Amino acid sequence: MDIQLKRGLLDVSVLTAIKSRDSYGYQIIKDMKPYIEMSESTLYTILKRLELAGMLTVQTAEYGGRLRKYYHITDAGLARIEAFKAEWREVVSIYQFITKEEAENE
Amino acid sequence: MNKAEFLDLLRKRLAGLPEGDIEERLAFYGEMIEDRMEEGQSEADAVAAMGDAEEIAAQIIAETPFVRLAKERIKPKRRLNTWEIVLLAVGSPIWLSLAVAALAVVLSLYVALWSVVVSLWAAFGSFIAGAAGGVTVGCVYIVTGNALAGLVMIGAGLVLAGLAILLFFGCKAATKGAALLAKGMALGAKRCLLRRREGDE
Repeated sequence: MDIQLKRGLLDVSVLTAIKSRDSYGYQIIKDMKPYIEMSESTLYTILKRLELAGMLTVQTAEYGGRLRKYYHITDAGLARIEAFKAEWREVVSIYQFITKEEAENE
Repeated sequence: MNKAEFLDLLRKRLAGLPEGDIEERLAFYGEMIEDRMEEGQSEADAVAAMGDAEEIAAQIIAETPFVRLAKERIKPKRRLNTWEIVLLAVGSPIWLSLAVAALAVVLSLYVALWSVVVSLWAAFGSFIAGAAGGVTVGCVYIVTGNALAGLVMIGAGLVLAGLAILLFFGCKAATKGAALLAKGMALGAKRCLLRRREGDE
């Protein structure tokens, strides 16, 4: 898959994993696992990028006697998911056009 | 490998990066390992799930911008004394010009590398232009009745065109090679900064 495309997909996937409730690293990996396998290092890079872009905020909270980082989606993050869905509708309609053309030419 | 060994190795391999960056990375991997263990995985399995520490460190260094590494490198580890600051200021004509010279050397190496590529492509361009010109002028000669000279010109043009095709592949390979070399230079410079830092400690 094209690297730029994959990066965009991963960003939106991580945002979706923290959309309904705040989540932490391992939970995000587990939630995404049925759809996308992601390494810890990749997740770190994406979380950092999204934080710098203001799409999520990080809070450190105590959990079972140790610290855990929780990620919270911002309005900008929610807007990114919506923008992605709108873009994707366009991609799907183009895909349908391409496959329809091919089917007719066969 | 247990968690402490994994984090220790990672810290060692990341030496030279800004301290805050290292702590954040280690905290992240530590949390991941602990969460896995809490779910019932053995310590060894949880650590193994992170991947190879050496590879992780190499990846992190490749991702860290050069400027960030260089900044960390020149940041003094303690506050400077008054006399040290005075000395730095007094000595600035010497060390500043040395630093500028060192930077200039690196920059000129970089420019030299790419100018080889540019000149190769320029040669390619002139071959193409020569080929087109030869054929055109040859045709004009033939039309105006100077058939022999015309044929010679067209022949020369075609030879140039053939050379241009060969040169094209050479240019492509040289461009690729230069890009690789430039990347290697950047990585080498980063490693150099990190190694010197490790040596200090």
